[in-house]
Amino acid sequence: MSTDEGLSRRHFLAVATSVTAGVGAVFAAVPFLASWKPSARAQAAGAPVEVDISKLEEGALLRVEWRGKPVWVLRRSQTMLDRQAGSSAELRDPESNESDQPDYAKGEFRAVKDEILVLVANCTHLGCVPTDRFEVAPADLGPDWVGGFFCPCHGSKFDLSGRVYAGVPAPTNLTVPPYRFVSDDVIVVGEDTVEGAAA
Amino acid sequence: MSNANPQESRGAQLLAWIDARFPLSKMMKEHATEYYASKNFNWWYVFGVLAMVVLVIQLLTGIFLTMNYKPSAAEAFASVEYIMRDVEWGWLIRYMHSTGASAFFIVVYLHMFRAMLYGSYKKPRELLWLIGMVIYVALMAEGFFGYLLPWGQMSYWGAQVIISLFGAIPVVGDPLVEWIRGDFFISDITLNRFFALHVIAVPLALCMLVVMHILALHETGSNNPDGIEIKENKGPDGIPVDGVAFHPYLTAKDLVAIIIFLIIFCAIVFFAPEMGGYFLEHANFEPANSLKTPEHIAPVWYFTPFYAILRAIPDKLGGVILMGGAIVVLFLLPWLDRCEVKSIRYRGWTYKFALGCFVVSFLVLGWLGLMPAEGVYTLLARIFTAVYFAFFLLMPWYTSIEKTKPVPDRVVYHK
Repeated sequence: MSTDEGLSRRHFLAVATSVTAGVGAVFAAVPFLASWKPSARAQAAGAPVEVDISKLEEGALLRVEWRGKPVWVLRRSQTMLDRQAGSSAELRDPESNESDQPDYAKGEFRAVKDEILVLVANCTHLGCVPTDRFEVAPADLGPDWVGGFFCPCHGSKFDLSGRVYAGVPAPTNLTVPPYRFVSDDVIVVGEDTVEGAAA
Repeated sequence: MSNANPQESRGAQLLAWIDARFPLSKMMKEHATEYYASKNFNWWYVFGVLAMVVLVIQLLTGIFLTMNYKPSAAEAFASVEYIMRDVEWGWLIRYMHSTGASAFFIVVYLHMFRAMLYGSYKKPRELLWLIGMVIYVALMAEGFFGYLLPWGQMSYWGAQVIISLFGAIPVVGDPLVEWIRGDFFISDITLNRFFALHVIAVPLALCMLVVMHILALHETGSNNPDGIEIKENKGPDGIPVDGVAFHPYLTAKDLVAIIIFLIIFCAIVFFAPEMGGYFLEHANFEPANSLKTPEHIAPVWYFTPFYAILRAIPDKLGGVILMGGAIVVLFLLPWLDRCEVKSIRYRGWTYKFALGCFVVSFLVLGWLGLMPAEGVYTLLARIFTAVYFAFFLLMPWYTSIEKTKPVPDRVVYHK
């Protein structure tokens, strides 16, 4: 065997060994990386929540917890629904085409029943909880404000259906969780009418 | 040794015994007694040593804090209160650690600014600068992970905002956020893993990086306020004529700096550990509540310049890209600067002016990051974000047309 041949053979063996070891290292990394995913216990804890809305008055906001996240249930009055109807020109995604919600919560009012709004109360920008600002034209939000939600962290604005206004950092409308009505007075958050149909 | 000189002291015999088995004297010579650095170092050259002092403070106090801290959502907040109230001297250990975090960033920012003043990132020290930048990023990660541990309101919502930043990445963003948290929200699981990262993973990496940083420094040799290579002018003994041994000459000088630093450090620990809400934010004296965001949230002061850039952009992905970009451009500094002259002493007015604008923009952005994101603040944040990036992106242009002064052959003393 000449020296050249020996070298190329050694080179080949070195590369082959390194590649094999590299593939092994990648596979060995999988359990460690996968251990960071939500555990079985964390997934099981995300069970649906039942909410009694019989005592919820018009214009009142109920805060419940689902999967550790704050969820709002708002009973909108007819004036609230009327007021936001004209605001769609300044909205980024008025039809909710790019936003996260079940199919039955698309459209202008983003709800199964127009008067009952259910939203995950984390801003779609960086996850802060926006504040409810239902008053019309307050000093700090300007004369065009018709009521909605305002995120104090980075100034994102949403209308009374959780639709985001243009020119703020939040990219999409507030998320509507899967929910269904058990009766007129009780809703279940985290579960659809049809089994496994969560959008 | 059989033929050892009987006059030789016990200590010298022991040293010889060790040296035959471990390169102790060799390392001492290479890195201290025969490591030559410029004799005209000024006060800007103390912050590297001070950063190491703070690292030691953080490691030591951190180890003792873990002995009483409980990394669980149910117990974390109470265990920090327990350390503050019931553990003997616990308050001192914890305040040293929390003050140390801010002190770390103060000395590191000054250390980095020194490099910008005297061109310490330039050839042949590009790798030294890159390792230093990795240390800086690791330090930011360490600060971020550590800030969640007290499990106060600001801990919680600060982590919520920063983790959500990853959600801006197209396609993989949302699963990535879930992977980082290990849950559907920031929970006990997140706290526990941040604890592991804060006390093991990042400190280990930091210590190794610091060793690499020093090895790279001692390979190229330290820069100096004149930005000339002292190795190019050696005496007949092979020692740079402008160099003095690191030990004992520069260690003596560093010791003075360490004493002054410790006086200031102790004064803060004893009299103003919260620093009016800048070192320990007021909202963090309330336990974490996943259902309510504090009225006004701001990161700790050392992140605020980047936070201001994030908020200046009315677009989620754009804001995240620009914030990341503000850190990435720092890595590129050795290649953006086209000027041959290293030290600001001999550089033209263009760089001096640009560096001044950069310092102003960094400070103003830092202040804006603490203010609410509205009206005139947002406008100012946009202007100074532009100034910040202009400093880096226009650098290849303004440093190539720069009119420099002649650089001396030997280092110069200024009275």
